[in-house]
Amino acid sequence: MMQTYLLCYENMRMTDQEIIELINSSLSEEFELNMKDMVPEAFLFKDLGLDSLDVVDMVIVLENAFNFKIREEEAIRKIRTLGDIHNFVVKKKREIENKL
Amino acid sequence: MYRVAITGIGIVSCLGNSIETVGEALRRGKSGIIVDENRKKLGFRSPLTGAIQDFDPKKVLPKKKRKTMPDFAVQTYSAVMDALWMSGLSQKEIQNEETGLIFGCDSSCIAAVEQVELLREHGETKSIGSGLVFRSMTSTITMNLNTLLKTRGACWTISSACSSGGHAVGQAADFIRLDRQKRVICGGAQEINWESMCSFDGLGAFSTRIEEPKAACRPFDLHRDGIVPSGGAAALVLERYDLAKKRGAKILGEIATYSFSSDGSHISVPSQNGLQIAMRKALKTTNMGPSDIDYICAHATATPAGDAAEAESISAVFGPKTPWVSSLKSMTGHELWMSGASQVVYSVIMAQHGFIAPNINFEEPDSSSEKLSIVENTINRPPRKVLCNSAGFGGTNSCLILEFNE
Repeated sequence: MMQTYLLCYENMRMTDQEIIELINSSLSEEFELNMKDMVPEAFLFKDLGLDSLDVVDMVIVLENAFNFKIREEEAIRKIRTLGDIHNFVVKKKREIENKL
Repeated sequence: MYRVAITGIGIVSCLGNSIETVGEALRRGKSGIIVDENRKKLGFRSPLTGAIQDFDPKKVLPKKKRKTMPDFAVQTYSAVMDALWMSGLSQKEIQNEETGLIFGCDSSCIAAVEQVELLREHGETKSIGSGLVFRSMTSTITMNLNTLLKTRGACWTISSACSSGGHAVGQAADFIRLDRQKRVICGGAQEINWESMCSFDGLGAFSTRIEEPKAACRPFDLHRDGIVPSGGAAALVLERYDLAKKRGAKILGEIATYSFSSDGSHISVPSQNGLQIAMRKALKTTNMGPSDIDYICAHATATPAGDAAEAESISAVFGPKTPWVSSLKSMTGHELWMSGASQVVYSVIMAQHGFIAPNINFEEPDSSSEKLSIVENTINRPPRKVLCNSAGFGGTNSCLILEFNE
């Protein structure tokens, strides 16, 4: 019971803004992106210069930063902008929290 | 058939990362061999190796570009950029179908080990990341160079063990000679790490003169006791001679000819006449006689058998008075897949700087090497017609003749 409570607390600690900041800093570090370019409207391919190979590494970076697994999810394939990534991760975090 | 000019060279080696530094080391007979303490701990018979100093891949390319490149590919890129700068060719002049890339390389060990370890650790291939598949192939050199330089001609990497670099430069020259390409950026690269050398060390083929690393690699010497592995990257820009002249490029030298042979014999012991055949063919195609050659940049890796076989071959072709002979591996160690190309770069450096480098650590000949005129001290005149030998496991032989007239 105590462990479940602590796990719940652990996952509930991050606000939406904290999640967004962790996404931005993790991707910025991995891909050497300028933080000033990390706006929600930024297209991954066109504006941030990422390609299909980078998406493979992006998944690993997000999994390590948020300690969850991203399976072959439909939602990942629809990601076009940085804002799409923000929404995807926030949604996934909340899903995990609600299950606990 | 067209003449083939050398218009640019670049190198990252245990003697230095710039032409000037390497030139000075060659002239002074300086060795780049060290003891790698880690190899001692791992259980290597010989911890001796060449080592690249002061090369930081992060200063050469951004992280995203380095993702698909093992360190020797970044070193190759650095050497290529130096060679291109020297040639004076612009980006636009190489971004076409008439510019090719042909390099020699025969291993890329670290990435193969890493991808297996990651899979065993994480239990899913997704966790391996996107870069390792490209790093793990020996063609990682030309694969990455093509995307970085945006050339659109030939693009491949040749594997033939320790003659890889020689065959790569030779094939590049032939493509220009036959008008299949107007210019080819070529060379060789060799990784330096214990992972790629452990099985080679297990053959007992490496020198164990651990107490004197700089004296360990002793080509042609009576007391030689084996190879010292080394590596890095060497690059050349070859162009059609007439086109290079037309655009006012400085001609550093010419590849007069390239020839090859293979032994059809043992997988690791060279035959007595394989290299001889390649040398004779080379002389024949250039209409040169043996007496036209004034310097042989020997393959000689400091193995008892290999050096003797080469010495006998040289003696058979060139007679009782051979040209000057030195093996630069006495200073660099055996740069393996890079060596056939780095010999050409070192020869250009000697021609440009006006000297012939010594075969250091040569104190006493054996019955084969006593037939050769070994360069024991630096000769203060440039070489004019150089014959470069390289030979690899499986008995694959490459012979290049270089001319320095200008």
